[in-house]
Amino acid sequence: MKAASFAYHRAESKEEAVSLLSEHGDDAKVLAGGQSLIPMMNLRLARPSRLIDIGHCPELAQLERVGGTLACGATVRHVRFERADAPELAACRALSDAARLIGHAPIRSRGTIGGSLAHGDSSSEWCLMMLVLDAVIQAESGRGVRRIPAHDFFQGFFTTALAEDELLSAIELPLTTVGSALAEHSRRRGDFAIVAAATRLVADQRLRVTTARIAMGGVASQPIRMPSAEDVLHGVDLTDRRSTMEAVSEAAHMCAASIQVSDDIHASSQYRRRLASTLVRQALSRSAQDWRTAGD
Amino acid sequence: MTETRYDVRLHVNGTVHDVQVPARRLLSDALRHDVGLTGTHVGCEHGVCGACTVLMDGRPVRSCLVLAVSAVDAEITTVEGLADADGSLGPVQQAFKECHGLQCGFCTPGFLTTITAGLEENPSPTPEEAREMVAGNLCRCTGYQNIVASVLRAAELRGGDA
Repeated sequence: MKAASFAYHRAESKEEAVSLLSEHGDDAKVLAGGQSLIPMMNLRLARPSRLIDIGHCPELAQLERVGGTLACGATVRHVRFERADAPELAACRALSDAARLIGHAPIRSRGTIGGSLAHGDSSSEWCLMMLVLDAVIQAESGRGVRRIPAHDFFQGFFTTALAEDELLSAIELPLTTVGSALAEHSRRRGDFAIVAAATRLVADQRLRVTTARIAMGGVASQPIRMPSAEDVLHGVDLTDRRSTMEAVSEAAHMCAASIQVSDDIHASSQYRRRLASTLVRQALSRSAQDWRTAGD
Repeated sequence: MTETRYDVRLHVNGTVHDVQVPARRLLSDALRHDVGLTGTHVGCEHGVCGACTVLMDGRPVRSCLVLAVSAVDAEITTVEGLADADGSLGPVQQAFKECHGLQCGFCTPGFLTTITAGLEENPSPTPEEAREMVAGNLCRCTGYQNIVASVLRAAELRGGDA
């Protein structure tokens, strides 16, 4: 299968990409790493009449610490996060763990974090991690830069808050990711997860939970947060293993009970609920353990 | 209406190739049809089978998921570039020969490139890591046992423990 023909523009800078999108946004797609867009074009599930290639804009490929934030350009490739020993990624081990779960090595060599977020697949590791990390996604257009919180970004089936003329230019991530975890299940290594759960616990000095985040993939048309299950974890004393496990179990149960899933070719709805419960429990347990280890 | 063609300079196995291709030309097709290197095989054309894997700047990529017009800045290595300078088999190729790591051979170019990059990253893989290294490549003949054995043998031939 070959893609239908299209006009091609290579942007040499972020400004040029934004300007091309202002001019052609209504019939153009942005090409970053191409690991989702190109297969869809080869299968003719997507037939954009114009591509704007942002893979050659140096400023979009930068990854750097800015104060307490990791400023991540849209075209930073997955493989760059795999190396937890990279200095700019210290204290961001959860990002490395998540990156290694994305597809296979050849996909991670090309695919980009911004591309994953703009694609908005329900089971995407990056989408779930952005939700639990309270990342901010920058959308740049001729009208300026809009900073969109991750929880407002994913709006439906492969649908995001990006307007036609907006370029996903960068992502702002909190530098410390202690207490973050991602658990997923797929039938074969490297496949899309049938269900995935990402969690983050923030604790005070006495290891009492001050903030909890749970995001789930593969259980709705887009990646979603589970706010009522998050509430269960507030105030939990992570040094008390028993009460922690009780709260974790209750949160996992609430997630499984509240998702609206139906049978499909990959899994029955009952199996998805079981996976939801198991994976939320696994991820939360790792988040809690992460704090206990950090506290030692 | 004729489709616009773009001047693209590809760097393949140390040689510069100037080709004119439409924007939709996949790197896999550009390598085969425009450059004339047919060692890169095309299987699924949507990034699942791994047969078309080539190296871009040393990293494995699906050449069916890269546009030739996007590949201009990279040093590309195809299976033709894996032999030693004197034309003898490279270590991964030699290991596949010794361990019967192929039968029909269709998927083999993708395995050879993937493993070449994998051993750069991890020169002494465990059997489990060897299996993980080739998890993104499909083979319909061998049952993978001899491919995993080939990964381990290639590591020996490269002197991975040295």
